[in-house]
This record gives sequence, structure tokens and C-alpha cells, in this order.
Amino acid sequence: MIWNETKECMSRDEMTALQSARLVKTVDYVYHNVEFYRKKMQQLGLLPGDIKGVEDITKLPFTTKDDLRDNYPFGLFATPKSQIVRIHASSGTTGKATVVGYTRRDLDIWSECVARCLTMAGVTKEDIIQVGYGYGLFTGGLGAHGGAEKIGAMVVPMSTGNSKKLTTMMVDFGVTAIACTPSYLLHISELLEAENLIKDLKLRAAICGAEPWTDKMRSEIEGRLHINAHDIYGLSEVMGPGVACDCIYHKGLHVCEDHFYPEILDTSTLKPVKAGETGELVFTTITKEGLPLIRYRTKDLTSINYDTCECGRTSARISKFKGRVDDMLIIRGVNVFPSQVEAALVDIKEVTPHYMIIVDRVNNLDTLEIQVEIDEKYFSDEIKGLEALTQKISHTINQALGLNAKIRIVEPQTLTRSEGKAVHVIDKRKLY
Amino acid sequence: MNAKQLSVFIENRQGRLGEVLDVLKRNKINIISLSLADTTEYGLLRLIVNDPASGREKLSAEGFSTMLTDVLVIKIEHKAGSLQELLKILSEKQINVEYMYGLSIDGETASVVLKPSDLKKADKILVSEGVKTMSAEDISKLN
Repeated sequence: MIWNETKECMSRDEMTALQSARLVKTVDYVYHNVEFYRKKMQQLGLLPGDIKGVEDITKLPFTTKDDLRDNYPFGLFATPKSQIVRIHASSGTTGKATVVGYTRRDLDIWSECVARCLTMAGVTKEDIIQVGYGYGLFTGGLGAHGGAEKIGAMVVPMSTGNSKKLTTMMVDFGVTAIACTPSYLLHISELLEAENLIKDLKLRAAICGAEPWTDKMRSEIEGRLHINAHDIYGLSEVMGPGVACDCIYHKGLHVCEDHFYPEILDTSTLKPVKAGETGELVFTTITKEGLPLIRYRTKDLTSINYDTCECGRTSARISKFKGRVDDMLIIRGVNVFPSQVEAALVDIKEVTPHYMIIVDRVNNLDTLEIQVEIDEKYFSDEIKGLEALTQKISHTINQALGLNAKIRIVEPQTLTRSEGKAVHVIDKRKLY
Repeated sequence: MNAKQLSVFIENRQGRLGEVLDVLKRNKINIISLSLADTTEYGLLRLIVNDPASGREKLSAEGFSTMLTDVLVIKIEHKAGSLQELLKILSEKQINVEYMYGLSIDGETASVVLKPSDLKKADKILVSEGVKTMSAEDISKLN
């Protein structure tokens, strides 16, 4: 099944022509509506007319997460605030969140993209779909929700946090599809197995994303739940979930290329690599109104394939991710930068600035432990004193990351010092 | 009279307690009493030693988190009910015990190391009740 055959199956030439026309329009639009881009283009001596098609895209400047931070909160928006109907936010590299805004039309396009992805997973209006992503500032919940409603499926907006209720409703409602993180789905499958409920399920498909996962993990999910599991990709800066998704053949994720123009660049030269070679994924949004981004560096490593897929779609496919260019971690679907932890710890006088982040996966749920050294001045001879301190640190970290972290106090001088390249993260999960 | 307790933070990993004891042994610091409070991740070793200041210095130099805390070392009679009587005196004056452990000096008297919620007040009450406490100097002579 294909949601939008016209767009998803157009010839490569037609696609390139469409992308070129939309890029030209977008460049003109940002030049006249976003001071940040106008200045950047002026510095490079570029006028909107210099961009005649996608072949000229390399002339354009990049956009990074830091640019969003520097223009916090709404500095890169291209429309007046009155045109913005929704805000989402994700972690920034330090204290400030990355804020994104959508016009009514942006939301429609987003739903269209998610609808394409859900259709790749075989979801139709006959389905009952549980959305197990967090609803709120995170794009996962409302993003998946919009696409599922667009298809006309019956949506159960579970959000996260109550697995017991989720499994009960999954059985009682006869849920046929679920959208959540892959690790959460594995956790759910364990709960279902423990209660011997697998046999009572009507579940057929899962659309999992918000964190990297391997083919091995997919086989495990599919085997345990007897379903097909699909990988959906997105990032809030570009749109949210729905930027790309894999079809039943699982040979890469089909990009909604008529809205998001992908480039794969060499990580050191930032020049395009050949199709099939690994590099950093860079997106230019070519239809967005609220927050159009030119050459946004995702920092995700992948390769691209322009061959027609066995499913009939001609849209370019990106491979499952091969890693990150930066040190961002994705923990329970939440983006975490070690620099955020560092920034939070600086504000706590009782701890030294040395820390170690340990990420692991226990019973298919990500665990986050942060080890800190206590300044000897604030040491206590009472357990309750140390526990109060641990709680204070824990609270500050949770506020900063939007994620519960276990705080472990360690002896002084035991954590790596930041001279040279200090290792601040131990990730025991095997995600790539 | 206050005594000084040497407190040491110890991570729960193999051999760590032994390393603390090794530092004390090398520096000829005698342990008179100790208590080890444990949690799932770390322990707090509380020590009464003959020379707490030197003990702290040596342990800090070897990278341990340490501190000196004022505690009361209280002599009580070696007979049933004496500890209960002592605690009754304190609780009647709304003084709580943060922690407590035993210390044995000789056959006739028993002692307890006690950290009260209000040390000054507790000390005063004990003096007025005629309860004997030991000073840091008394303890240093217990070798």
C-alpha cells in the first residue's frame, strides 16, 4: 500500500524538478523572512536568484543546532508568531531547549508524511493504533497522532508512563498497531509474555523510532510479538517523526523527499559523497513555513540509495544509522548531550565538575547513571546527609535533561579529568 | 566533652575497606572502635582512633573523602538497662540520636559513641546528670 503514489513513486527526474522548484522558492522565502539567512547569504555574496535548482544547494550555508540555540526561542521563525499554531521543543546542547514552530500548513504536511510512513507499515483506517510516545513538547506523541488521524485509524493516545494500562488496553481494545520507541516495545513485549497475553493480541504492526535500533532488535520484536516492525525517523528541527520510514522490504528508510531534501556529506570536507557512501545526513526543508531550515546538519551518519525499491517507491532511501558525528546520546527517546549534564553540575556547589555518564539497557529499558564526586567540604558522616545530596543532584539533573537519572556518588579523584580528551560517557548498549 | 570521630566515604568495591585499614596500619593509627553504615552503593566508615587528625590527613593524602565529626563518647555501667537510662535522659529533652555504636574499653565499663541531634545541649544535660563522657585526650591515651 502506498499513501501518496504521485509523490512517492514519481520518476527521479520529476522528483529533482519538483525539489528544485521548491528549493528556489524556499531560498527566496528565507532570504526575505529570516534575518539569519539573509545575513549569512549576504556574507557569502549570494542572492536568492543564484540558486536555480538542487544542483546549486552546496552554495548555501549550513544550519546547526547551535544556530537554533543562538536564536532562541523564535529567532529563526519565518512567519509572524500569529501564523504559528504549535510549538515543540527538544534538548539543546546546553541549558536552553531547541524550539520549533509550525504553521497550520506545516502540521498538515507533517501529518501527510506520517501517514505515508504508517501506510508503509500497513496501517489503514481499519486499524486501532496506540501511540506510546510522550505527548507534549516532544514531537513523538502528537506527530504520530496527527498522521494516524489523517489516515482515519482509531487512535489511542496512550503517551508514556503506564505500561500496565497500555498492555490491558492493547488486549481489550484489540489494538492492531503501535507507535513507540523500539526499546519500550521490547519492554512491553516482556510484560505481555509474563502475563501470557501474546496469544490474545491482535497486533500486526509497530512503527518504532526516536532512537537508533538494529536489525537484530527488529527481528527480536517481530519474533516475540509476531508482527512487522518498521523504523520511522525524524527530528524536531526538520519536522518530527515522519521524515523517513522503512517499508516491508526493510532496505533503508524512504525519505519524504518532496518536503525534505537530503544530502550526505563527507564529515571532514562537508562535500557531497557518492551515493552509497557514508556521511553526515543534512536536510533542507523545501515546503516548511514556520521554521524553514537550510542545510540543517543532523549529525547522523548514514548513506543514501536512489534506486527504485521493490515496494515500488522511487523515493531515496537512507540506511539505518551508523552512528553520530557528535556525542549526543538518545536515552529512552530523549536526546541527551553530555554538555547538558556538565552545565547542570556546575550549578551544584557540592559536586566537583567531574562526572561520568553510564548508559545501559536493562530489561530492554535504557538506564542512565551519572557518577559524581562530592566536594570534601560537603561530605557528610550521616547517610541521610548523603542521600539528601544525591536527591538534590538528581532533581537538578532531571530538570535539565527531562529524564530520570540515577546519581551515584563516587570517591574523589576517581573520575577522568578533562585534560585532553576526557571520556565522559560509557554507553554499554549496542545501538549501531 | 566531645571526642572526634574520623568518617571515611567508601565506595562498594572489593578491597576498598582493606585499603583504608592499610593506610591506618602503615601510619600506626590505632582503631579503638568503628561502625560501618552501608547502602547499596557506598559505605560510611566511622572510626574512633587514637589520633583522628593524623588519620584524616593520611587518608585524605591517599584520596579518600574524610571528615572529622564531634561525637560524644559516653561511659555507662556494664549492666542491663544502663543504655536505656542514658537514652531516656536525652529523649526527655528532645534530643535525637543520629547514630550510635559501642566501644569497649575494659571489662568493667562499657561506652557508646553517640552522635546527638544537638551536641552542645546533649553534653550539657549529661554533665548535669553526672554522666561521664570521654574527651579526645582520654581517647588518645587508650592505646
